[in-house]
Amino acid sequence: MQRTRLYDSHVELGGRMVPFAGWELPVQYPTGPLTEHNAVRTAAGVFDIDHMGQFSLTGPDADAFLQFVQVYDISQMQVWDAHYSLLCYEDGTLIDDIFLYRLPEGWMIAVNADNRAKDLAWLQAHSHGYQIELTDISDETYMLALQGPKAEAILQRLTDTNLSDVPARTGLRATVNGIEMLLGRTGYTGEDGFELYLPAESAVAFWNDLLAAGKDDGLLPCGLAARDSLRFEACMPLYGHEIDAATNPYEARQGWTVSLDKPDFLGRNALLKAKLEDNRKILVGFEMIDRAVPRDHYEIAADGQVIGLVTTGMKSPTLDKFIGLGYVPPAYQKLGTEIDILIRGAAKKAKVVRRPFYKPRYKE
Amino acid sequence: MAYKFDKDVRYAKTHEWVRMEDDIAIVGISDTAQDLLSDVVFVELPDVGEEVTAGDAVAVVESVKAAEDVNAPVSGVVVEINQELEDTPELVNDDPYGSWFFKVKPSSSIENELGRLMDADGYAKFVEENEH
Repeated sequence: MQRTRLYDSHVELGGRMVPFAGWELPVQYPTGPLTEHNAVRTAAGVFDIDHMGQFSLTGPDADAFLQFVQVYDISQMQVWDAHYSLLCYEDGTLIDDIFLYRLPEGWMIAVNADNRAKDLAWLQAHSHGYQIELTDISDETYMLALQGPKAEAILQRLTDTNLSDVPARTGLRATVNGIEMLLGRTGYTGEDGFELYLPAESAVAFWNDLLAAGKDDGLLPCGLAARDSLRFEACMPLYGHEIDAATNPYEARQGWTVSLDKPDFLGRNALLKAKLEDNRKILVGFEMIDRAVPRDHYEIAADGQVIGLVTTGMKSPTLDKFIGLGYVPPAYQKLGTEIDILIRGAAKKAKVVRRPFYKPRYKE
Repeated sequence: MAYKFDKDVRYAKTHEWVRMEDDIAIVGISDTAQDLLSDVVFVELPDVGEEVTAGDAVAVVESVKAAEDVNAPVSGVVVEINQELEDTPELVNDDPYGSWFFKVKPSSSIENELGRLMDADGYAKFVEENEH
């Protein structure tokens, strides 16, 4: 089990440490997951997400290589643009979801903690013939997420760089609190905010100074539970839940990421087929009609038959409703379709509703 | 973590408490249990008239992250449920020893069953031993 450099800071703050993707991370602080969730929706929250991995990609063939190994058409990206994308196997199923930054010197790719080694091995295995340098820079790069409507104002107190002009899905390098770092105006909560990439050795001091700078605005340190409920309401997929190696991007409603019209890339033939044909399953959002909490792995049934599984479910803190995401055969995807969620042996009624449950509020 | 312990109740290892009022057993979950769960968002209560046996899972308490069984610490018949918790489950966090789940008219084995439960000191020790 690995510990981030902020482990002692979390314990000092009363964080409840739990294992997650091979790391010990705070699932919550004494404030509790609902308060942390609401802080991000109404003020700001900061998350230690250093378990996530980062790769640096440079060299004369970096663009050509990146076009080939992931699904989004990066020729549309200018320097400092950032974009969500996917890594797919040849059969179109998902290796990981990733985030790309086009930097002056090349690319940075942010990946999930659980998939870091797998992603790197996959990328290396397909690098033959390309003049590139692909380096895992996760250990020396510290990753934090500052999210919420007050994120910009809080961060602005620590830097001379004007942040109000920075649009969503772009990055920039800035000196923040005396530390040079990469900022990305993005996140995984459905709110405006920043992901921060800073030198690992600055992490502890920066964390403390950031919390102090945001205290009067209601900035709270937030744990994994709040991170999950926030991304869930905005219907952002989590690897191992909505997406995995048994799922393609169209089934997961992530087809918007796939640029089928770009030149050949890994998984393209299978994805073309997946787009044109009916898939076996499709991700839907649902809301409980009966009072009950749907949860990950509960069975979904209709007409007495099990037809799928819940991937994430909970009582939504923002909407105050019992809602979930899950896979059903395409015949059941229509809004309003009634389905059953099997909860402790009992069929509880639910209906298919529009996604996302919470419309993201980004700075455009 | 400084948990609250109520001297007037007896505790099960599964973190339920039972308080005797006249000849009725009132059941809830401990301060330790609500803290471990964190924000409670849902409770599922038994039916009035249901016969329960000590150790049976008869109710459910769900937090943001988890669903946990609430066991009957004593055997008997459910005579009343706390419907207030269905609409305001967060009361379990605010006042765990005031927020009862259900009341049981106990069977004749009540004295034996209460004897097998822990008093506040015994439960406090049990919690401390199991924290590490």
